[in-house]
This record gives sequence, C-alpha cells and structure tokens, in this order.
Amino acid sequence: MNTEVTTGGELTTPIEMPGEFSPNPVISKGDGSPVVFLHGPFGQEWPGYLDDLATDHRVYAPAHPGAEDPTDLTRLDHLWDLVLYYDELFHCLELGRIDLVGHSFGGMVAAEIAATYPDRVRRLVLLDSMGLWLDECPVEEHVTVSPDVLHQLLYANPEAPEVAQRLTAPDDLAAAQAAMVRQFSATAATAHFTHPIPERGLSTRLHRIRAETLLLWGAQDGLVPPIYATEFQRQIADAQVALIDNAGHYPYLEQRIDVSRRTREFLA
Amino acid sequence: MKNIWFHMQGYRDLPDDFRDRYESIWVNPPNDELCDPATVGKYLNWNLDELEMADDLGFDGIGTNEHHQNGYGFPVSPHMTAAVLAHRKSDAAICLLGSTLPTYPPMRVAEELAAIDCMSGGRLIAGWPVGSAMDTVGNFGIPPTQVRPRYYEAHDLIKAAWTKPGPFPFNGKYTKLRYVNPWPKPIQKPHPPIWLAGGGSLETYHFAARNNYTYNYLSFHGYHAAQALMQGYWDVIESYGDLDDNPYRAGFAQLICVADTDAEAEKLYWRHIRNFFDKSMYIPSHFAMPPGYLTRASYENMLKKTGSATPFRADRWGPDATWGTTVEDHAVVVAGSPDTVAQRLTEAVRGLRIGHLICILQIQSMDPQLTEYSTRLFAEKVMPKISHLWDDEGYVDHWWPSGATRNARRGDSPVVAAGGQA
Repeated sequence: MNTEVTTGGELTTPIEMPGEFSPNPVISKGDGSPVVFLHGPFGQEWPGYLDDLATDHRVYAPAHPGAEDPTDLTRLDHLWDLVLYYDELFHCLELGRIDLVGHSFGGMVAAEIAATYPDRVRRLVLLDSMGLWLDECPVEEHVTVSPDVLHQLLYANPEAPEVAQRLTAPDDLAAAQAAMVRQFSATAATAHFTHPIPERGLSTRLHRIRAETLLLWGAQDGLVPPIYATEFQRQIADAQVALIDNAGHYPYLEQRIDVSRRTREFLA
Repeated sequence: MKNIWFHMQGYRDLPDDFRDRYESIWVNPPNDELCDPATVGKYLNWNLDELEMADDLGFDGIGTNEHHQNGYGFPVSPHMTAAVLAHRKSDAAICLLGSTLPTYPPMRVAEELAAIDCMSGGRLIAGWPVGSAMDTVGNFGIPPTQVRPRYYEAHDLIKAAWTKPGPFPFNGKYTKLRYVNPWPKPIQKPHPPIWLAGGGSLETYHFAARNNYTYNYLSFHGYHAAQALMQGYWDVIESYGDLDDNPYRAGFAQLICVADTDAEAEKLYWRHIRNFFDKSMYIPSHFAMPPGYLTRASYENMLKKTGSATPFRADRWGPDATWGTTVEDHAVVVAGSPDTVAQRLTEAVRGLRIGHLICILQIQSMDPQLTEYSTRLFAEKVMPKISHLWDDEGYVDHWWPSGATRNARRGDSPVVAAGGQA
C-alpha cells in the first residue's frame, strides 16, 4: 500500500475500491474510535480541525470521487450511488460503527448516509450542511459565481490570517495552476450531484436518522444561512444546535478552537 | 462556396451604461428592467422580415441559432423561426445552428425538426451544438459534468428515431422510451444534414470526424483569430486518414458590414460594432466557464496556454478598441466597400478552408433599413465574387439539404457513408 506522510503527521493512503473506481486517497491520523470527515464542495482537505479531532480519535478524510479521475462520475449517476460508494469505502477501511462529520456538501452526504444506514452512525456532526431548501431563504449559488462574491458568502472575515492564507495562491505558477485545476475538478465532481440546487429530497429521509446529532453552524454563513441549522434540528429526532459567532461557512477554520472543543466534547 | 444569412435575434436597445449596471449580458440580466415584451414583438417581426429579405436576395441559405435569457440573442426556439420560414415558398436552405440538444426532451427535437423538413420540402440543415455553458449550466440548470453526456445520448436517440423503423425501445441514461416512433420522419434520407458548432474543443472535432459531419466555428473574433483553431480541426480530419480535405466539411461565422466605401462603412457601422462587443460579449467567466463544463484536461491545457493561474480572465474588449484595430488590423469584423469585403472574405474562405460562410450582417442594434442596405450590397456586389470559390477544384457539398436547390452545384447531395448513415 502506497502511503504519503504530510507535515502534520497524517498519512495519505490510496484505498483500492471495487467496481472499477479509482483508488480513494484517504488521509488519516490518530488513534481511538473512528471518525470520518466528508469535505465540502471545493476539494479534499486536512484542516487543523482534524488534527484536533485526531488527538482522541482515528480520523479518516476521504476525497469525494470524481475530482481526481472524472470517469468515476460515469458510474455515479445520483446521490444514491454516492451513498453506496461510501458504504463500500467504509467496508474497504474495515470500519464498523463510526462517528460521521460532514461539512457543506459533505454534510448533505453524511446526513444521507446516516439516514440510509441508521445503525452505522453513532454520532453525527453537520457543519453548515447543504441538503435542505427553504423558499424564503434560498441556499446561495457556489458554482456559477465569481471568486469575489463567493469569498463574501464563505467567510465572516476574509482578511483574517487563517482565511487570507487559504485564499492566497502559491507563488509558483505551476503549483498555482495545479491548485486551481484541483479546486475546479472537485467543485465539478460535487456539482454533479447538486447543481443547480443542492436539495434531493433529504427532508423525506431525515426522520430515519437515529444518531445523536450536533449541528455546528457559522452564524455569518452566507452560503447556507443559519436558519438551516434550525431546520435540520426540527427534522432530526435528537439534534442540538450551536451557532458559532464570527464565522461563515467554514466555522472550523475561522473559529477552530471553539469548534474543535465542541466537536470533541460531543464525540467523547 | 455557400453563403448563409444568419440572424442572432438580439435585443436591439440596451442601455448605454449596461456594463456598469449589470453583471452579465447572459443568464441574469433582469428581464423586467431590460426586456419589454411589446418591443420584443416588434423585433421578432423585424427578424423574420430580415430573414425573408435575405431569402429574396438569393442567399444559399438563411438561418438562426438558439439561446436563452440574454440580450445578445434569444431565439428561444429556432424551430419556431424555422416553421415560419419553412411555410414560405423558397429553394433556400434553412440552417438551424442550432437546437441545443441537452436542454430538450430529445423526441421533441426529432419530431419538430422532421416536421420542418417536411413542411419545407427537405430544406432543413439540422445543426446541433452542445450548448453554451450559459444556456445549459446557467439557464437550464444542467450539472456541468452532464452536458456532454446528455448531448451525445440525445444525438444518438434523434438519429436513431430518424433512421430506424419505428416503433422501437430506447434505453438511455437520461431518456427511457418504450416506443420511439416519431410522426413524421424527415423527408431527407437518410436524414437532414447534421452540422456541428463549436468553439475549439477537441471532443467536437473528433465527433465531427467520426460521424462525417461538418464542423462550424462560431466566433466573433474574426478569421485572423480563427486560423489556429480551424487548423486544429483540419489536423484532426487529416489524422483519420480516410477523410478528404473537402472544404464543405467546415463553416465559419463572420461579422460583416458592407457600404459603398470603406469610409462610409466606418461612419455607418462602428457604433453598432462597439455596441455589440461592449454589451453582447459581456459574459463573466463564472458563467462562460463553470467548473466541469470543460474536461479536466481541457482546463489544464487552457491554463498552460494562457500562462495564467486562473480561468477568471480579464475581458478582452477594451475601451481603446478602434475601427483601425478591430476592422483593419485584426479583421474581427470584415467591413468596408464591396471590393474590400470580397477581398477579405476570399482570404478568410481560403485561409480557413471553409465551404459554408455564415454571414452575420445584422449586428444587434442595427435597424432593418441599415441591415437591408448592407445585405443588399453583399448580395449584389460581394456574393458574385466569392460564391465560385472551390468550384474549380471540383469539391462537392455533401452536407447540403437535398431540397435546397437554389444555386445548385454539380453533385450537391447528402453524403451516404458506409452502412447508409450520413
């Protein structure tokens, strides 16, 4: 098995998938009960937040399929296919019961998994999750939108150092181009399941979720406004909400300490 | 060489401060602020009058395209326009370039185009573009990664509906039908000529080559800028080994303005050219090139070519553009006296190696009188100088509708390839 060690000590391990899918480059770190993190629409990542979770848990951060190898998408027509894909990936990782953390698009997928396999998920954390739709407060657009507008939607304070660092392209042109292609590919691979409106009937399935659920939401999220935290709470049997002030769509980036503490306490 | 008079059917009165007030000409320019229904009624009738005028002036074909929710051109259904033209007694081709397949239930296209072919006596050219990102992803909400798969499947279904005896079942990913059995099928056999339109993607070159279709480059940047791209197409054709270099395999759209003299042309048309590029080409990259609309390989190629780390490029049309740079230096628009225009178009037709010239002589804000003036000069003084191009070499247009017999050249007929499929 090829592995790649990155700076924080986390390992990238290409997990062979059945069914002609390309290997999934799962990043993992830590010891303890398993936590799976499903990333948002802009690509696989290992934020400091996951380092924090890895102090108590074995954390796995897979990549949504299709970003690296777009032909994977030809075998994934609907969100249902994606839920089955993750079921297979969890089998390949030899995971039984897990805690599942999903952000944004990843939250939508995590909620679908928890509703489809209610016994597989022990605790569910949804961060600024897509998946529902309220006519009076639409989820904003993230695919056909200019970078400037998108940044305003995503961050409470785009000038804060942790955000600015994320938004700064590498100095090296080839590295900057590669980063842009990776982000475009990842966005395309998730938009495959959600464009133009990230709602595919989840509200008819949320009642099936049996996992205790924590809804962590940036109070200034412009993409998926906090009213959606309330809506998820209304529809999930056992759910609590924590609004994180001074945070937009990435509360674990803008308010890492608070979000990590709340998540670790909930998963303890 | 064939001349097709082509109408883009734009909104002719957009405010001068359009760019300051709005984000884009396409997808989200607010309809209630900009698009007056009574005015549109007037324009739609002008558009038809102008197409009929071009028919009367002897163009080989007349045509239009399909776009949605924009001021640049909104022929919401080219089939509607074509139905009006088909009802008219004529021997000109009706060139639809064309029906944006991913946005339709495919059988609506199969039926409606067949009906137009029947009504017109076999004069239909069925052009099938993949569709702009603005229309497919922006306006019709198709996930970018599904635009081409939907296009290819719709193509296969419509072609089968036209060529196989009905009824038969079709089990596609996006369309599932127990009974494919369109009433009617087209008059033209095996089917009307299918034309492709593209903006340089390799996938479309190969699709044209594999199916023996014509490829049309719909550009607004003129024949100089198109040279490299069309050469790319011809290189692909050559790479197949068994396809000839018949120029009728290719078409090109060119903005054209004709006046009595070069100076008169500048006086009459410059403000319309400026208006068109200022407003109609005002499309931000996040609508024109959303993630997934091009393949990953194409994005990598594009960034490499432009030497940029972002696809969100700056607008190419600047306030410093002049008649000199736009017309004389770069031939973005071919404009001037009939002699100037004929000389430049001869260069374009030879240089790009095209058999079908798609003439854009109505440029958005031009009124019907000016449109007729330019069109009439083109028909009477330019066409006679360029229509004979390729005749001496003996090339035959295999991609022309069999019922469009105007100016027929020796051997014009739809091609029948192996297996009887054109």
